[in-house]
Amino acid sequence: MGWFLKTFNYSVGKKLLMALTGFFLILFLCIHLFGNSFLYLGRDAFNNYVHFLNETDLVYIIRVIEIILVLGFAFHIWDGIRLWWQNRKARPVKYFVKTVDPKSTWTSRNMIYSALIIFVFLIIHLRNFWYEFKYGSIKETGATDYDIVVKTFQDPVYMIFYVVAMVFLFLHLHHGFQSAFQTLGINHKKYTPFIVWFGRVIAFVLSAGFASFPIYFFFFYGGN
Amino acid sequence: MSSKKLNLTLKVWRQAGPNEKGEFKTYYANNISTEASFLEMLDIVNEELEARGEDPIAYEHDCREGICGTCGMVINGRPHGPLQGITTCQLHMRHFKDGDVIYIEPFRAKAFPVIKDLVVDRSAFDKIIQAGGFISVNTGSAPEANSIPVKKENAELAMDAAACIGCGACVAACPNASAMLFVSAKVSHLALLPQGLPEREIRVQKMVAKMDELGFGNCSNVGACEAECPKEIKITNIARLNREFYRARFLSNVEE
Repeated sequence: MGWFLKTFNYSVGKKLLMALTGFFLILFLCIHLFGNSFLYLGRDAFNNYVHFLNETDLVYIIRVIEIILVLGFAFHIWDGIRLWWQNRKARPVKYFVKTVDPKSTWTSRNMIYSALIIFVFLIIHLRNFWYEFKYGSIKETGATDYDIVVKTFQDPVYMIFYVVAMVFLFLHLHHGFQSAFQTLGINHKKYTPFIVWFGRVIAFVLSAGFASFPIYFFFFYGGN
Repeated sequence: MSSKKLNLTLKVWRQAGPNEKGEFKTYYANNISTEASFLEMLDIVNEELEARGEDPIAYEHDCREGICGTCGMVINGRPHGPLQGITTCQLHMRHFKDGDVIYIEPFRAKAFPVIKDLVVDRSAFDKIIQAGGFISVNTGSAPEANSIPVKKENAELAMDAAACIGCGACVAACPNASAMLFVSAKVSHLALLPQGLPEREIRVQKMVAKMDELGFGNCSNVGACEAECPKEIKITNIARLNREFYRARFLSNVEE
């Protein structure tokens, strides 16, 4: 095991951990988006989906997946902070003239900032939904999970914050997806243009998909 | 094209020694021919400084034809100046306009400490090469070139990677001061050729470990290195370095 863990202390190993956890989190986002889409099918459909995950025998698998998910986030965040800190230290004296290379993207140079906004969003998101679903006092009034979602999305401040956070998710994935392939050593004349294009599509579908829910419930939802 | 004369304002980083505090000083370069090279322009300024009894601006140079990689400096925020695919010595004053203000700074990286003014210590690159950037061959007369066949595609990829002159512009350009483009070029040109295979697994691990130890940053796939490289080394080499690293760590028994 020693050789395996040691691998992740090399700079290339740290990047590998970043890429693998990143792919895992993208996979999670895809499943999450699929789950959220039940919101469009109405109260019963969404509540049944939440019930199906949490109150059938599936719950045991879900608990295990939740632990892996928390670890995935934890390693991605810890590794990202570690890389960012080392990268800062590698240039103690900054340049006076800061010329941005026209060939590098804004997203690639500012991953830590998009990450920070996504992290703040994640904390608030867990408080508003995960915590409310499980321990929220609103449940005592007979409100269902669906009602919690609708009520939360009808708050204009939260709606705007959610949409802005999704813009930063887009920027994060815009670089992250194709960068992870490069880190894995996959840079190929035939496939890289497709990977870059597909990464942008994934980034757009995920961020626009998630952002569509608060927009829908704020502007277009007429109650039932 | 007829030559014109330029009057320029230079803001040059002056630092007396490695542990001294540095600052920008302003110099005026007057009557500079557009046919002069950038380094010749600095030479003219230095002659005037010496004539006035002042300390000339220290900068490194050697071949002045773009193959030694010595003349690294950051000109208006760009390593080797604003043009692509050239070193500082290949930059000519015709690319500047009369009245321009030019900021000249040394390469900035923890692993490249400033020795004086624009001169930085790049022996960190030598240490990386010493860690593994070599092959083992018998001494004596040169071996027959064509006794080991190499396929043309690999020969060309190896040659492209071997074009790296170790100038350090990749480190200077990288927002993380990472040396990955340099290391990847050196790993690639040996990994692509049969002569490099005996040390293939140990080389990549030792060179990456040495790069990390010397305080270079981590690659975040920004691509600024590729854009600033005077020899236009491609970041496909970094992907190859990553592959070589995983191959050595996960598929071989060779431990660094």
